[in-house]
Amino acid sequence: MSDFSGELTRPMAEADQVEKSMLSGTGMSIPWLRKQMETVETGGKKEKDFAKTTSACLGLIQEALLKHQWEKAAEYMHSYFQILEDSDAGKRQAAPEIIWRLGSEILYYHPKSNVETFSTFADRMKNIGVMNYLKSVLLLLQISLQHALYLLHHGMLEDANRSLSQAETWRYGEKSSSQDILINLVQAYKGLLQYYAWSKKKMELSKLDEEDYAYGTATQNMRSHSWKTSVNLSALIQIPGVWDPFVKSYVEMLEFYGDQDGAREVLTNYAYDEKFPSNPNAHVYLYNFLKREKAPKEKLISVLKILYQIVPSHKLMLEFHRILRNSDKEEHHKLGLEVLFAILDFAGCTKNITAWKYLAKYLKQILMGNHLAWVQDEWRSRKNWWPSFHFSYFWAKNDWTEDKALACEKALVAGILLGKGCRYFRYVSKQGHQGLKKKMKRMNRAVKSYSIVDP
Amino acid sequence: MDLDEAKEFKERCTQCAAVSWGLTDEGKYYCTSCHNVTEISKEVINTGDIPNTKIQAINRGLKRKRKLEKGWDWYVCEGFQCILCQQAEALKTLGVGPELKNEVLHNFWKRYLQKSKQAYCKNPIYTSRRKAVVLEENLSHSDWESEPELLSDFSFPFVESGAESQSDVNTQKSFPVIKASQSETASVCSGSLDGVEYSRRKEKGIVKMTMPRTLAFCYLSLLWQRETITLSDLLRFVEEDHIPYINSFQHFPEEMKLYGRDKGIFAIESWPDYEDIYKKTIEVATFLDLPRFPDITEDCYLHPNILCMKYLMEVNLPDEMHNLTCQVVKLTGIGEVDFLTFDPIAKMAKTVKYDVQAVAIIIVVLKLLFLLDDNLEWSLSNLAEKHNEKNKEDNPWFDFRKWYQVMKRTVDEKKQKWEEARAKYIWKSEKPVYHSSIDKSVVYKRREMVVSLQKQFSTLVDSTPTVGKKSPSSFQFSWSEEDTDRTCFHGHSLQGILKKKDQSLTTKNSLYWLSTQKFCKSYCKHVTTYEESNYSLSYQFILNLFSFLLRIKTSFLHEEVSLVEKKLFKTKYSKTKKKSSRSRKVRRY
Repeated sequence: MSDFSGELTRPMAEADQVEKSMLSGTGMSIPWLRKQMETVETGGKKEKDFAKTTSACLGLIQEALLKHQWEKAAEYMHSYFQILEDSDAGKRQAAPEIIWRLGSEILYYHPKSNVETFSTFADRMKNIGVMNYLKSVLLLLQISLQHALYLLHHGMLEDANRSLSQAETWRYGEKSSSQDILINLVQAYKGLLQYYAWSKKKMELSKLDEEDYAYGTATQNMRSHSWKTSVNLSALIQIPGVWDPFVKSYVEMLEFYGDQDGAREVLTNYAYDEKFPSNPNAHVYLYNFLKREKAPKEKLISVLKILYQIVPSHKLMLEFHRILRNSDKEEHHKLGLEVLFAILDFAGCTKNITAWKYLAKYLKQILMGNHLAWVQDEWRSRKNWWPSFHFSYFWAKNDWTEDKALACEKALVAGILLGKGCRYFRYVSKQGHQGLKKKMKRMNRAVKSYSIVDP
Repeated sequence: MDLDEAKEFKERCTQCAAVSWGLTDEGKYYCTSCHNVTEISKEVINTGDIPNTKIQAINRGLKRKRKLEKGWDWYVCEGFQCILCQQAEALKTLGVGPELKNEVLHNFWKRYLQKSKQAYCKNPIYTSRRKAVVLEENLSHSDWESEPELLSDFSFPFVESGAESQSDVNTQKSFPVIKASQSETASVCSGSLDGVEYSRRKEKGIVKMTMPRTLAFCYLSLLWQRETITLSDLLRFVEEDHIPYINSFQHFPEEMKLYGRDKGIFAIESWPDYEDIYKKTIEVATFLDLPRFPDITEDCYLHPNILCMKYLMEVNLPDEMHNLTCQVVKLTGIGEVDFLTFDPIAKMAKTVKYDVQAVAIIIVVLKLLFLLDDNLEWSLSNLAEKHNEKNKEDNPWFDFRKWYQVMKRTVDEKKQKWEEARAKYIWKSEKPVYHSSIDKSVVYKRREMVVSLQKQFSTLVDSTPTVGKKSPSSFQFSWSEEDTDRTCFHGHSLQGILKKKDQSLTTKNSLYWLSTQKFCKSYCKHVTTYEESNYSLSYQFILNLFSFLLRIKTSFLHEEVSLVEKKLFKTKYSKTKKKSSRSRKVRRY
């Protein structure tokens, strides 16, 4: 307890101190009591007009931002800066962050704003919180990061890099977890910038001849870049989170230098670690990597199975269906049918002609293989809503005018699932009777032989 | 801060070794690259003319070097004198007679100094008490008393409690020491000679000067002169910056340095409040032991008949209503000279809230005419509308609904503009006032930061010039015959609402309801309460309209309406007491 009084002066540390002092029972200074006294004192006191008008001002700024009135917001901002001089220390300390958020938002969109004004503002705000402890470091990191992103957005990579490097140097006392994350992010963005430089070098390299004198130095250069980058990136992607661009570039570099195992480990960890939030892209990256590696089918299927559970409408699902269709196992065949039906459950996929074509073909194939039960399994849950969702008269007309091929595939599916009497089938076969006689005949025959509906 | 003037200073900065100096407002050198402020100050050459002669008169011309900043030795009361002087000047430019400053206010002030034993007396407190106080200060400064100052910048939101409530050091919580190396004089300090002592002083029977009390002095002088400025006008002019109040210390002579405890005395972060200033006015007048004020007669601006006329014009009501307000004034007796004239020596010193009362009379008349029960006023409006449609040539009948629509729109607009203007108000002075020597450099740096940020954002503001400072006017609205948005109702007649009875006209409406049934008789000093939802919407609208006009609370106006009614329906009140009937409606006459 020797450093107790020193600790107390830091507002951030107060929460921990409350428990400590109560447990230790020194009885000399009781911070939680002091806190209560403070609230008691404010309770009886009239709020000053200064406080009233500044909070009204904040409200008006927010309203202006909401309505995209950047000029008006800037006008109120002009008055709101006074809060930095508030005599209430609590408000004064909270002010820089609020001002940064509002100000950067205004400068991001304001027609008269440019990179220069934004940078001036960011630099000013970085210098503002010199007095405050931990909080100001957090703010500094946030400002630098946002500033860097802004510069990136405007294509000023070098300046962004400078801003990030500067941010790296700020640290306060013992690390806190929120500080750590931000520092990791800063470093990761630096890594991303280095990756960009590396990637450019790679492009140049691909133009050079291997025999060339310059080739050697260029590869040397790239290596040093990649080493720095990997250091910067690897720390961040250990922390649970969604780090798609970072993971992607990291893996690309690992692969380039032949570290397949490293790359696989990163991707597997990113996809399968339960601490990470569920992220479809993680599985997509892993799948693409494994495909490049020519991994066995079993493995690919197991990855896509998870993706299928997260996003049944993902565009990789058609590929998944193909893999399953060509598999030797019967259970995979059944899953292949499931996957197709699941894709077409989504409104965004209703006009996907490939999906319909696959379904029409696959239904025939399955029924030929005497697996009527599989089809019935799938159809059971859908027969109530698919007819109006896919096979209504409206859709028949619509599909026919927009895409005849699609209409034909759908009509075939409709015929198989609902029988010849269904509206969609009837409409399409009637329309097709004139122009596409041959095709219609084939369709009719197919429906006759495969329809799951009892005649 | 002048960079040119700092050129002759060539030493290296102790913090960053740069040679780039600027001058602070106090004449000290500060490093422009790291903002380190030195203790070395530029020798002030021009101690030239002092703009205020009175200050010189009281200033004892002492020059000692005990302070953080070089400047004159001055007393708190001189600061207030300076502010009063500015305020009087401002009133003069508003058109008030010159005697107000030179004779009335000056005399009041002299009387105050005398009564509070600061000057014009045999043994003024400064000469007798000063030495003792200084001694005592040095002895009594135990550590805990000065600590809050040391830390004030980091964790105490309440230290700078401002002039509204005098902060008492003793109530502050004790706090563990981090650094006690700073000398005490540095932490508890003031630019004025007696600022520290002044902020602690609590003497019974002495009315201490505060910022709000400067306005009480102004109002007293206006009242004495029977000027055409009411209290609500005065406070509105303060809010609109026509009369120096907030940051008025900025205009002190350059050599009157202001810091430390002076901040709590002179820097203020609230606009004056009507009720508060009203109370303080009476308090000051009683303390000064002023004689009865000049009579308020029928030809004075503050007489209800004239003020009613003014407010009827302001809120766009027919001139004919003036007849009725005059009748109410007569019946209630609130136009009597003895009632209206302020007499501080009287047993129960109280002055009339002239403006609030006049407005209350108008509200009573509106209730007499339209009942304002959310019913009758609309059916009367229907009649008026029909009549006006049929007789387009004649002078139109007053249509309450139309009036309501026009007023509602105008007031809402005005209110919004007012709120926006308040939100934009710049409270902080250009000259920062620090609280102790420790936070001095921080305060200066912060100010600089705010200025630079403001400068940056001012370039982003819409370039179309916003309406500058409004010129002061006792009218806030203007109405015209032509503009349909601002239709003028002054000439409209009350014919539809009145009827002939015997030889005179009386109101068609014969009902009335009282704003307050029963007055509070305990010692809590409030006479009634206003719970908005208990009243008709029309009544709420009218209260809101007028209270916005005077910038007072609606409950305050409601109270005044009730008081006028109490006088008007004296007999009914005594009757209801006997019968204790609960009926809200009272037959009129």
